[in-house]
Amino acid sequence: MNGPDSDAGLQTLLADIDAARSHGLAAIAAASSIEDLAHTESGLFGRKSALGQIKQGFGSLPVEMRATAGRALNEAQQELRTAHAAAADDLAAAARRTQLQREWLDLTETPPGPRRGHLHLVTQTTERLEDVFVGMGFTVSEGPQAETDWYNFEALNLPAAHPARSMWDTLYLDLGERTELGDGEGGEASNVVLRTHTSPVQIRVMEVQPPPIYTICPGRVFRRDTADASHMPVFHQLEGLVVDRGISFADLAGTLEEFTSAYFGRSISSRLRPSYFPFTEPSAEFDINCVICEGAGCQTCQRTGWIELGGCGMVHPNVLTNCGIDFEEWTGFAFGFGIDRLALMRHGIDDLRDMYTNDIRFLNQF
Amino acid sequence: MKVLLSWLREFAPIDGDPAELADHLSDLGMAVEEMRVLPPLDGVVVARVAGLRPHPEADRIQLVDVELPGATGEGTGGALQVCCGAFNMNEGDLVPLATVGTTMPGGLEIGERRLRGQLSQGMCCSAAELGLGDDAEGIMILPGDFELGAPLMDQVGLAGDVLYDLEVNPNRPDAMSVAGVARDLAARLGVPFGIPSPTVGEVGEDIATVASVEIVDPDLCGRFGVRAIADVSIGPSPLWMQLRLVLCGMRPINSVVDVSNYVMLELGTPNHTYDLALVPGGHLGTRRSPGGESVVTLDGTEREMLPGDGVIVDRDDRIIGISGVMGAANTEISDRTTAVLLELAWWDRLSISRTSQRLGLRSEASMRFERGTDHELVPIALDRFCELLDRVTHGGVSVCRGRLDGRGDLPPTTRVRVRPARMSHLLGRSFSADELRGLLDPIGLQCTVPDDGALEVTIPSFRPDVATETDVAEEVARHYGYQRLGRTVPRSPEPGRLTPAQRLRRELRRVLVGAGLSEAMPNPFLAPDAVRRAGIDGAEPVRLLNPLATEESVLRPSLLPGLIAAAAYNSSHRNDSVSLFEIGVVFGAPSARSANGGLPTETEHLGAIWAGGDVGDAVHLWDLICDAFGLDASLKNAEDLGGMHPVRAAEVMLGDLPIGIVGEVDPVVSERHGLTERCGWLQIDVESLLSAAAGTAERPYQVVSTYPSSDIDLAFAVPDSVQASQIGDTLRAAGGSELRSVELFDVYRGDQLASGTRSLAYRLRMQADDRTLTDEQVAEIRQRCIDAVEHTHDAVLR
Repeated sequence: MNGPDSDAGLQTLLADIDAARSHGLAAIAAASSIEDLAHTESGLFGRKSALGQIKQGFGSLPVEMRATAGRALNEAQQELRTAHAAAADDLAAAARRTQLQREWLDLTETPPGPRRGHLHLVTQTTERLEDVFVGMGFTVSEGPQAETDWYNFEALNLPAAHPARSMWDTLYLDLGERTELGDGEGGEASNVVLRTHTSPVQIRVMEVQPPPIYTICPGRVFRRDTADASHMPVFHQLEGLVVDRGISFADLAGTLEEFTSAYFGRSISSRLRPSYFPFTEPSAEFDINCVICEGAGCQTCQRTGWIELGGCGMVHPNVLTNCGIDFEEWTGFAFGFGIDRLALMRHGIDDLRDMYTNDIRFLNQF
Repeated sequence: MKVLLSWLREFAPIDGDPAELADHLSDLGMAVEEMRVLPPLDGVVVARVAGLRPHPEADRIQLVDVELPGATGEGTGGALQVCCGAFNMNEGDLVPLATVGTTMPGGLEIGERRLRGQLSQGMCCSAAELGLGDDAEGIMILPGDFELGAPLMDQVGLAGDVLYDLEVNPNRPDAMSVAGVARDLAARLGVPFGIPSPTVGEVGEDIATVASVEIVDPDLCGRFGVRAIADVSIGPSPLWMQLRLVLCGMRPINSVVDVSNYVMLELGTPNHTYDLALVPGGHLGTRRSPGGESVVTLDGTEREMLPGDGVIVDRDDRIIGISGVMGAANTEISDRTTAVLLELAWWDRLSISRTSQRLGLRSEASMRFERGTDHELVPIALDRFCELLDRVTHGGVSVCRGRLDGRGDLPPTTRVRVRPARMSHLLGRSFSADELRGLLDPIGLQCTVPDDGALEVTIPSFRPDVATETDVAEEVARHYGYQRLGRTVPRSPEPGRLTPAQRLRRELRRVLVGAGLSEAMPNPFLAPDAVRRAGIDGAEPVRLLNPLATEESVLRPSLLPGLIAAAAYNSSHRNDSVSLFEIGVVFGAPSARSANGGLPTETEHLGAIWAGGDVGDAVHLWDLICDAFGLDASLKNAEDLGGMHPVRAAEVMLGDLPIGIVGEVDPVVSERHGLTERCGWLQIDVESLLSAAAGTAERPYQVVSTYPSSDIDLAFAVPDSVQASQIGDTLRAAGGSELRSVELFDVYRGDQLASGTRSLAYRLRMQADDRTLTDEQVAEIRQRCIDAVEHTHDAVLR
């Protein structure tokens, strides 16, 4: 069977398929909720649906029409399924959005929760300094805060009655045994002091560790000073020690310069001026460009462009000898400066005492 | 140390910009703390008081007719009329007049103005107003030979002069004198330096006939030079000398004292004068005191001598001075003095230092003796004194012929071998022998070059601080210039690192901060009763021998007193409910067996306090720490721990080792500190904690099972005498490896339970690594756990 009749039959069939498709799409579009959409399912895809019924009629079609009509029917069915799935997604998303809208909150009405605490400024500064020196190849050494006269003075080339002992106002401990030392107080002194610097740690390191030595000694130190804006009887220092073959004054200057630019930034550099310490020779004062004006001159640096940071020098041969190190074979340098002052400088704190009130309004700023 | 540029120039032709000179001084190690260029003050001129009249309207002001060549004004006879508040001048006196238009050193501009109706055409000036001293009381009266009308600063020789205030290090005795500073600066500038030879006209008798010297203890006194001067008349010293002294920080007294101080400043040689009439036979002896004697010093104070103190005695062994420290009142120069014995000695540095420190007498003289003076300058300084005294005394003085020169033990001349290779090694720059010589010779370190290429350097007597090759290296570096030496960075052969304990301590701090605590740093010094106030008993704390204040006289044996005071401080400043921690050292008396050389014990503690918190906060923090470091610790309830709530505290145990305390602060203690809230407290021995933490730092991985787990809940009625942690331990032990966790999730006390008993409910999770546990296996573990608890403790399953 062919000719116009069969052509006309095919056209009718295709038109029916197309009508069923349009009808189906309209039904999908009309669904306003997931539930509505679910109700359309059997009408679209079931055996009794328009397309289902057309498909059931395929059995009676001539073979040559079946392929064309089947393709059209499959396409229509596929289109409806795609549209249905898309509508299902859209409706689910809309439903979810509606549901979430009901969970609206003003986030700024949240009461405060637990807070993190704050490390003390001295700790923060010490750790920053340690990190810089560790990066430069140094280890960190520690030692006791109460020291014998030997470690705090004598081993450092400060024998008893050395006039330079008056450079430190020393606090002595009363342990029952006293010896006369002529400490400048006109009275007796004991053999045990609260360390006036962290240099005793250097001695202890040199006693047990054969060179090469590259170490820093941060820690708490004590002076018999009345507390004021720039002094505390208890404060913190960082000292450094290098002992190695061929160490020179140039190595000292270079190390301090590297530290300066690592800690303060590239715009700040250092200089050394002759000075005096019993435990170093040559000795130097270690200045850096004023961190406020970067060397231009301001009130902080008294218009000099420089601030005194600390002392340094080549380790005195007597100190090396006291630690059993041959000063012809090994040479070294040492340096030291205050940690507290660096903390004050960084944050523009005028009064050192503020740092030790333990007022939470101070502590929690940093 | 203050020095005037004009004074320096008397020793070397030092020229240049004042600021550049200051840089050189600082670079040489004499840091310039202040530089003052004296203004020329051209408008301040020498004028004559022609007449004095009372002010018609004011009692405290008078009218001065001031004669100034070329100026006419409102005063009597055409003189200038100046209103003046001072009354110390007489008709005919020369005075400094600040003329109209002058700007004074303080910034004040002098203008013609009326005071109570009377015109004032300038200002008569005091020394203070001119920046020439502290004297603001009266108008400066100028010497009669000053040129009328000439600028004052020209007449006093100070126009454009520069005053440097130098910080001199203890190892630079040479820089404690004008001459010494000039020597160093001249060497840097490459100009010649020399100390001029004084000229003394000796006209009197031979000194041997009027004076004698005896050195009893040669180790005390190395050299004792004496001059005798007759025909002395005591009066004021000339203005130029007074001004130099004033500008350099000394007070003019009279001609003899001023010359004495002038010589000390100039040459660094302290000296002392005696009234010859008061020293029997002119005999000066010196010895160490055996103690038990005393002397009234120039300041009128009676001073007890201790054995070893150096003294100067007369023929009768009467003390007439303390060596190098202060003279005695019994031989003091007075207005009646006509003949003077001048002593210029070299003393042992340590003796002077000991005596002056002990007596609390630190003078310009003792300061110089302590650092070490130059014994070779003794004759020169004696002569300089005579020269100056002759110059400043009207009509001159009669200096006796010759000097006495007593000798004791002087330090031998030091010679130091200096190897150029060693200098180069120490300073990081290659120096040749010639270069070294070029740097050292100008500062008096004379070099000779023997055959082996090393220098032999003779150390001059004015540099007692230079004794070794290394000391010479500093001189080389100083004069070459620290800033010109190179910069190199040595590299450690080992990488830099923190020790495991240091890393873990940082970690611990971060755990604490993460838990909301802030770090405090209380004072480690306590008042003696602070320990008792914090409820801590036990051994006496370590005491300071020389505390600044009683409130800071013992070392803390615990962190509790400091932290509770910090909490109380915050509470009193309306910072409520603070939680603070500290990681710090606590001290104890040295133990007899201690291996640390008799030092006090030092233990690093962690202390944490919660104001308004309770024991729960403390226990939670401890759990957090254990979790952070993988520690398996336990709490052992303990009563009556010092400072703790009597029944709310436990010892923290690592195995059998107690490492701390957790609990609440005794409310009695809190209230004593003004805290009305509860306070939670945790205290841990940091070393024990960190070493345990280091032990677990590399703990092996426990495989996470992929099989399902089962949870069961068990509740027991347990008497209060049994710790909940004990039940937990028993459950864990009984459950075996397949019991993965035991969690206490509910505690109940109430009517349904006998008094003194509470219900403890635990959730147990069971899981195997290799299979799914069957219901029978779960039931078996459960029964094992129940049996163990009921069998081990007085507990019953509910």
